[in-house]
Amino acid sequence: MQTEYSLSLANPTPLHTSLRQKLALAAVAIGVLMCLIAWASPTAAQLLPPSVFLAMSISLVSMGSIAFVHEEYDNKPEGIKNHGVFFKSLVTRGVWGWFLGVLLTGFYVCLYWFPEYLTGLVTVFDPLSKMMRGRPADSWFVYGTIYTLSVLLMGYKFAMKYRHNRYQLVRTASVTFFQLGFSFLIPSFLVLMNEPEYYFSYFWPLKTDSLKPDGIQWIVQSSSHGLGLFFIGFSILMTFVGVPILTYFFGKRWYCSWVCGCGGLAETVGDPFRQLSDKSMTAWKIERWMIHSVLIFVTVMTVLLWVNSATKGQVLGSASMAFSKTYGFLIGSIFSGVIGTGFYPILGSRSWCRFGCPQAAILGIFQKKKSKFRITTNGGQCISCGNCSTYCEMGIDVRHYAQRGQDVVRASCVGCGICAAVCPRGVLRLENGGLDINERTEDVRAIHVKEGTLILDNF
Amino acid sequence: MRVAIIGNGIAGITAARWIRKLSDKAHITVISDEGDYFFSRTALMYIYMGHMRLRDTQPYEPWFWEKNRIQLLRGRVETIDFHAKSLKFKEKDDVHYDKLIIATGSKSNKFGWRGQDLDGVHGLYHLQDLAAMERHTATGIQRAVVVGGGLIGIEMAEMFHSRHIPVTFLVRESSFWNNILPPEESAMINRHILEHGIDLRLGRELDYISDKNNDGKVDTIQIKDCEELSCQFVGLTVGVSPNIDFLRNSPLSINRGIKVNNFLETNQPDVYAIGDCAELDTPEVGRRPIEAIWYTGKMMGEVVAYNVIGRKTAYKPRLWFNSAKFFDIEYQVYGDIRAALPPEHETIYWEHADGKCSIRINFDKNTEGVVGFNLMGIRYRHEVCEKWILAKTPIETVLKNLGLANFDPEFYREYEQEVVRTYNQKFNKSLQLKTKRGLNAVTRFLETFK
Repeated sequence: MQTEYSLSLANPTPLHTSLRQKLALAAVAIGVLMCLIAWASPTAAQLLPPSVFLAMSISLVSMGSIAFVHEEYDNKPEGIKNHGVFFKSLVTRGVWGWFLGVLLTGFYVCLYWFPEYLTGLVTVFDPLSKMMRGRPADSWFVYGTIYTLSVLLMGYKFAMKYRHNRYQLVRTASVTFFQLGFSFLIPSFLVLMNEPEYYFSYFWPLKTDSLKPDGIQWIVQSSSHGLGLFFIGFSILMTFVGVPILTYFFGKRWYCSWVCGCGGLAETVGDPFRQLSDKSMTAWKIERWMIHSVLIFVTVMTVLLWVNSATKGQVLGSASMAFSKTYGFLIGSIFSGVIGTGFYPILGSRSWCRFGCPQAAILGIFQKKKSKFRITTNGGQCISCGNCSTYCEMGIDVRHYAQRGQDVVRASCVGCGICAAVCPRGVLRLENGGLDINERTEDVRAIHVKEGTLILDNF
Repeated sequence: MRVAIIGNGIAGITAARWIRKLSDKAHITVISDEGDYFFSRTALMYIYMGHMRLRDTQPYEPWFWEKNRIQLLRGRVETIDFHAKSLKFKEKDDVHYDKLIIATGSKSNKFGWRGQDLDGVHGLYHLQDLAAMERHTATGIQRAVVVGGGLIGIEMAEMFHSRHIPVTFLVRESSFWNNILPPEESAMINRHILEHGIDLRLGRELDYISDKNNDGKVDTIQIKDCEELSCQFVGLTVGVSPNIDFLRNSPLSINRGIKVNNFLETNQPDVYAIGDCAELDTPEVGRRPIEAIWYTGKMMGEVVAYNVIGRKTAYKPRLWFNSAKFFDIEYQVYGDIRAALPPEHETIYWEHADGKCSIRINFDKNTEGVVGFNLMGIRYRHEVCEKWILAKTPIETVLKNLGLANFDPEFYREYEQEVVRTYNQKFNKSLQLKTKRGLNAVTRFLETFK
């Protein structure tokens, strides 16, 4: 059967990949293949000097991805690019989605519990690690590098996809900047300077070290320039002062979709999977129970550790340490890593942020109780189409509020702004405004009929 | 009290929800032959384009209906016995009602073209139309033709385009939707349609549809005074009309739609009609008797609920507003914007250099009060525009505070300054923009109307 497809340059997803895109994909494939070969056989990798080998591999993957994405979006009119999302198996829990989910999960299992299986791959990254940190690579450095590279490359894709939307461009610039600088370059530099590998972008309770007695001890002791106290001070200040104040002014989003590394991955690599989040009322109930349980868990753990430390282990013995280890295993490894990212193609991009992250829980409480942030709705313009709810990565049924003309104030909203972007009728806007801070959740605008006067209001 | 509602679209469902809100006792039954659950009709296009699944377009989860004791009944009402107050089905028991709400919506127009009933010739209104589109265009299609340059026509063109199906778009008018849009906005959409690679034919009409292979399927169309085109699907999107054929030979008073007064009552006792299928006896000045749009259906649903439970309330939709999206360009209108500017109105029109967004504000020449806003590719606040228009706020006051109306996302460029400049140039003034975009100023502004 002869089929003539549209001659339009504006086709949202060209059925026939262009020659440039084929070349770009070939570059990515070769770059990935180089890593796989080195992983399998270190001798094969020695054909080239290690630094050349790594530089080549990373360059091929990066340039190939950028070229592909550029070709994909650049010659099409700007606008929402969700054509065919629900026809693609990769992003609708189809064959490829399942395959990728197992692959990612397996990688995380190796990373957390069998790092020795990654030795071949780790060796490839030695030159970069030596340059940045003055020591050979380990599995976590490899992970950090791949993670950061993924955020940057998929961040470029995200930016091209939403290039008509300045909120998305600024936000993506921010979240990729913080991943590259605060979660990758600065910690590596600190290691080079014989300082603890400290992250300025994670605070208690997401990063428990900065408020745990043994964590504090480790930070102070491993600092060779006496910066340890500064790090501890910064962490405490952020946990108790910075987080509440910033959340009061901007909502949870200042952190979750602008700064956080987990958020950074979800917003870039995870973007194609955002529609997989569960929007049901049941999921919302589970979410509230689960995320607050984790918050209680981490708080109890921290308190126990301090009690144990203050009593020099006489009261609790090894119980608090066992509690802490359990937290690290269940929450730190299984939940945030294996499920949180490995299950992107199954549960969507924010399952950790939504169901597990204790930092998100705290930010959410502030956002709900005392914050200027909300998503306002535009009078009566909603047509209940469902794009906002479908593309909400946090599983919020945004439409429920939009069709009533009620401002959206939800603890879980990370302020990514995609609901407002995909809305075809201009109904949603992320806003900060303090004048009506205590009336944000009232559905006053949903009162439509004014009896007595017999006048129907538009809202 | 037994309330039966025929039709589970936005009008019928809004009525059901509001009756339940206002009355705990009513026994509510919603009857539909179209689908099991209420879905957003305006979102049908997104299912075809792969943005959503049918279930994503359903605003309420299945448990909602049971929880709110709204009984859903799948079936087609054949006739209504207005005396016995009962609904007759073909293969179901009669349903008796104390109050009846008819909300059967619209059906696609067909104007008696030759070949209009061939396989592969369809309108787009019902879920079944979407299924038919899917069936006829999933494979083996080389070209689709869309006939009729309105809102559904351009949606259909976008739908096919999203699936890489070449589209020929026949528009009878000399410019897209120029009976509603002013010339500049209409021209903008023409350019945008072409930018997407659609074969747009302005000023062209369908002559007839044919089936040269004699297999009952469309294979060619003849454009009036022009060429013949080979195609495998024809979308007929030349407007809709009330879906009330089953009521034609009944005591119900019918014109184009079911005749209703301002309380949405028909000529039959305890029978109401709302939404697309209702025709108002005395619409408000400047409004049409039948307004087949989402928003009016929703408002009528709410008003009828009050009337059904005996709290008499007139339907007064007040200020006109509407919205749409033409491919990537969003459109919003508030108030009185006409395709041809009436002599008593004056207009200020600003268009971005990229030709993809514009702001139009019309005002009355004598009173200087604003009468309407027309936005392309820019979002304005419904509440603010409405307050200004209803209060007949002078154009200069509006312009000085124009930022209040801006509803674009944060970091978007604000063009209100440009609009003020356009006004200054046109009328040789030196007005300055005072208020920029922001929620606090809006909250303060809206407070003054409370």
